[in-house]
Amino acid sequence: MDMDLITNILFAMVRTGTPLLLVALGELVCEKSGVLNLGQEGMMLMGAVIGFIAALTTGSLIFGVIMSLLVGMAMAMLFGLLAIQLRANQVATGLALTIFGAGLSAYVGTDYIGQALAGFQPMLIPLLSDIPILGKALFSQDILVYCSLGIALAIWLFFRFSRPGLMVKAIGESPDSATAVGLPVIRTRWLALLFGGAMAGLGGAYLSLAYTPLWAEGMTAGRGWIALALVVFASWKVERVLLGAWLFGLASIMHLVLQGMGASISSNLLATLPYLATIVVLVLLSSNQSRSRLLAPMSLGKPYHPAG
Amino acid sequence: MKSLIKKALVSVATAGLMTLSTLSSAVEKPLKVGFVYVGPVGDAGWTYGHDEGRLEMVEKLGKNIETTYVESVSEGADAERVIRKLAQQGHDLIFTTSFGYMNPTLKVAKQFPNVKFQHATGYKRGKNVGTYSARFYEGRYLTGVIAGHMTKNNVIGYVGSFPIPEVVQGINAFTLGLRSVNPDATVKVVWINSWYDPAKEREAAESLIAQGADIINQHTDSPAPVQAAQDKGVFAFGYDTDMTRFGPDAHLTGSMVHWGGFYTDTAKAVLDKQWKAEDVWGGFSAGMVEMAPYNKAIPETVVAQVEAFKTQIADGTFTIFEGPIKAQDGSIKVSEGTKLNDGDILSMNWYVEGVEGSLPN
Repeated sequence: MDMDLITNILFAMVRTGTPLLLVALGELVCEKSGVLNLGQEGMMLMGAVIGFIAALTTGSLIFGVIMSLLVGMAMAMLFGLLAIQLRANQVATGLALTIFGAGLSAYVGTDYIGQALAGFQPMLIPLLSDIPILGKALFSQDILVYCSLGIALAIWLFFRFSRPGLMVKAIGESPDSATAVGLPVIRTRWLALLFGGAMAGLGGAYLSLAYTPLWAEGMTAGRGWIALALVVFASWKVERVLLGAWLFGLASIMHLVLQGMGASISSNLLATLPYLATIVVLVLLSSNQSRSRLLAPMSLGKPYHPAG
Repeated sequence: MKSLIKKALVSVATAGLMTLSTLSSAVEKPLKVGFVYVGPVGDAGWTYGHDEGRLEMVEKLGKNIETTYVESVSEGADAERVIRKLAQQGHDLIFTTSFGYMNPTLKVAKQFPNVKFQHATGYKRGKNVGTYSARFYEGRYLTGVIAGHMTKNNVIGYVGSFPIPEVVQGINAFTLGLRSVNPDATVKVVWINSWYDPAKEREAAESLIAQGADIINQHTDSPAPVQAAQDKGVFAFGYDTDMTRFGPDAHLTGSMVHWGGFYTDTAKAVLDKQWKAEDVWGGFSAGMVEMAPYNKAIPETVVAQVEAFKTQIADGTFTIFEGPIKAQDGSIKVSEGTKLNDGDILSMNWYVEGVEGSLPN
């Protein structure tokens, strides 16, 4: 394999991993607070369609991104009303949100199918983008890729060093104890949920505004689900979410590159690579029950009933 | 999950349809023609093409016919219900436009012997069920000729959906056209195992470009490969519809489907009581395949050559799958003077010389 090809593979790996990274980071924060939102796919689709329509009608990509953040939050709000306020089953609510988002985005986007838009273009960072092999992958991407890296870093710092970060973690572990020491469980969960929604909207917008600047019904093609698996895969750790998203990106690129190189492995088999990788890690994690219990937030998925 | 949404869409569409039919029953009796679509009419691809065909038929036949359509009908149990409903509502002619509607169409057709059915892309016929499809590969041969002239690297990338005969036909026809003018050029095929996944299509196109392809062809339904080519400064061919707007510099042309003529003729045949259950597999001659506008980057001499081929294919003086044709390993697969019959073409599961990689089984 020549250097150019490796450089290009790494570049594509980062791009392919970016929508997964954005969505998974949002879900990570949400789950850390104890809320399990399986509606990522639906929120992503809404972010993709609204972001695209907004950018197309106003001619402003940034406006498109903002609208996708807002619509992601609006979708999350719907989830919050049911799952946080009314204490509905989180799994069922999340699944309903995905179905709702898939249907609504298809309906809203009908008139916008087949329209073209000039998406976000790569922004080369001088000097750094000339670094061999890694330079192109990390420093000649579009602005949303840089944002995703910045957000990952911010979340890592947030959980590692900040008091609010500790607060979110404490609430995810034991909302009752958190209440006892005076932490606002409901408000914190709402904020984490809304952040997750915004990130899912952004992940959708990455597809429709940067990666493949167009709207197509169901264009996320299951990426919201993969992002959900990634969070478990990464055992709720930010740095592992980043690596996992890129690993998944790499696996899905390699399946195409290997075919182009004439590798005589069944393309169907190769296509399962990323999923296999996810399943293997999930199995490894869950093979040790006490370990996986330690990793997942203790109250994940459980509605919170304030005592008294 | 998806079928739930589709169910909802279908019920809305059928409800609309029922009101429509009650409203119009007062008027004189035009031929009622029903269409069942697998996607939304705005998909810019397959279903859009069929609906354009329906509209052309309406324009040509005017008051003699009356059409209804139901969109986004999933290929399972829903299809049978929708088709039966159309038959019950007194439609005289029903077009079912997706491969997966084959068995439901035949089943309903048995219960309604007086209704005429036309099923697209299937292989089973009945007393009142005809089939039809287009010879997309004829257009692909022409894109191959253009690619042969336009490539500098002599490597062409091909984004494939599933390794089924319809797609393999296209790859082979393309490669034959390519090598007829440029024997050194080769085709790299990448399968994405989906008809429609814009992100994956784009990844596939980009990985092919990274591996030296300077022209991208596709047998998937979204314009993402054309977008990728535009961004990377290479050429591409679209498919199904004119995809120029997704890559004004990149898009050379594409093999497009055109159903309007066939729909008009079929409805006319039913009106004139001339209709028979047949298999129609039309290409340029039937007007079922057309080329998208040619990019200005293609030299006029090449356009002239391609147009000449098109005329010869249409009038039958040139046959694409006529020997000698070498298989991938260089052995003679089709001997000189032999023409492949439709059965051979419809079951094609081998690559011609010039295609790289092995065909997955």
